[in-house]
Amino acid sequence: MAPKAGISERISIGVLALQGDVDEHIAAMRRAGVSAAGVKTRADLARVDGLIVPGGESTTVMKLLARFELGKPLQERVRAGLPLWGTCMGTIVVAREVVGLEQPTLGLIDIAVRRNAFGRQNDSAEVALPIPVLGAEPFPAIFIRAPWIERQGRGVQSLAERDGHSVMVRERNVLCTSFHPELTADTRVHEYFLSMVLEASQAGRAAGIGNRQDVA
Amino acid sequence: MTETGTITVKRGLAQMLKGGVIMDVVTPEQAAIAQDAGAVAVMALERIPADIRADGGVARMSNLELVQSIMDAVTIPVMAKVRIGHFAEAQALQALGVDFIDESEVLTPADEKYHVSKHLFTTPFVCGARDLGEALRRIAEGAAMIRSKGEAGSGNIVEAVRHMRSIRDAIKELTVVPEEELTARARDLGAPLELVREAARAGRLPVVLFCAGGVSTPADAALMMQLGAEGIFVGSGIFKSNSPKAFAKAIVDATTHFEDPNVIVAASKSLGKGAQAMAGIDLRNLPESELLASRGN
Repeated sequence: MAPKAGISERISIGVLALQGDVDEHIAAMRRAGVSAAGVKTRADLARVDGLIVPGGESTTVMKLLARFELGKPLQERVRAGLPLWGTCMGTIVVAREVVGLEQPTLGLIDIAVRRNAFGRQNDSAEVALPIPVLGAEPFPAIFIRAPWIERQGRGVQSLAERDGHSVMVRERNVLCTSFHPELTADTRVHEYFLSMVLEASQAGRAAGIGNRQDVA
Repeated sequence: MTETGTITVKRGLAQMLKGGVIMDVVTPEQAAIAQDAGAVAVMALERIPADIRADGGVARMSNLELVQSIMDAVTIPVMAKVRIGHFAEAQALQALGVDFIDESEVLTPADEKYHVSKHLFTTPFVCGARDLGEALRRIAEGAAMIRSKGEAGSGNIVEAVRHMRSIRDAIKELTVVPEEELTARARDLGAPLELVREAARAGRLPVVLFCAGGVSTPADAALMMQLGAEGIFVGSGIFKSNSPKAFAKAIVDATTHFEDPNVIVAASKSLGKGAQAMAGIDLRNLPESELLASRGN
């Protein structure tokens, strides 16, 4: 599943860098053989072939997306096919709704999430999580004040469950994990996301449209 | 396999707070203002450091009903302080369910010799440090996050600058020290060799490093981020200013875009003409007995 050298050099992965564990994702991508950079401005966003929304505080990042006018262009690019992966906070930010809270979200995947669903920090845990699409070996999943996916639309595929709740889902070009693969040495989820980015950029090239947007 | 309270999980929460601002609050209403301004967490307190300094007397862990009411008021993580070495206060905060415990020199120390053994807790701890040796000793005891001590409640950034530079410069020096010198360095720093070696190899602390103590303006926050802080604690700087909501939001914006002076200008202007940061203290006029940073070592 690891991307081939040559192809990966042409891929530009961005990590939304308003707040959260940005460096950890950049380092994990490097371990997976691809360089990544922080995305703080609209110009940064226009340059990427795939975007990670990292772990952090969802209320903070939603406010910063609005204040610095990044929310709308992010929605436009993802709706046009840009592959996006949200980890923990990222899952909340891109969800359709947050259960029981009046919290704005970007609505890029048809899921309703429950925040801090497994409890507060004392309940944060490391879990050996079976993820069939990544092979037989369980994934060392780190849950930190994590959400779960309480409801999901018909087009959403559940890729992993913990205690009967989806914790990894995909709908077309949007992937969500309520745990933090960037905090482990295991790069399988990063490689899975890279394969989504490669597919999207190859499909874009075949159709004669560059997925990447040039900065005006 | 499900394992709680591991080092990874404890250090992990601090990693999720990076690039953010943690604000001292004394009521649920203030906590809501902080969350609304974009704080990544709040520190629940009975009195903010400037008032502790003014009131004198013994400063202890906050009233637990108050801490609970703040936990109920916000969705972001809630931290609370215990006195240095007061492990029973820490046990109580863990049982209450706070997300992070600050073993803090702002409160009156309970133990003049020893800090809490933080490995024994599921709840992560943050501790203050003035230099690399102090930071590594706290990490050796189990701290999952380090903050500069600064001089809390002073409105004066000079001590935080001193502490951040001291930690940063000492790590930078370690990265070029030959392997055979590391044991002597560990002895001089008063820190375990393994942690000294880890810092030398990585060029950073093994846990997240925030700035605390004296931040009162958006430019203060930008300064500390550029000096290598990974996030900011603001104590008295927000609710001792004359416009808490505006200061809270402006300091968040400046922390996010600390490398962009245009954002600092916009954030500072957003405070309005009548904005006044908290009154500060010239620390040179303060007797040694009133300095908080020298508590704990």
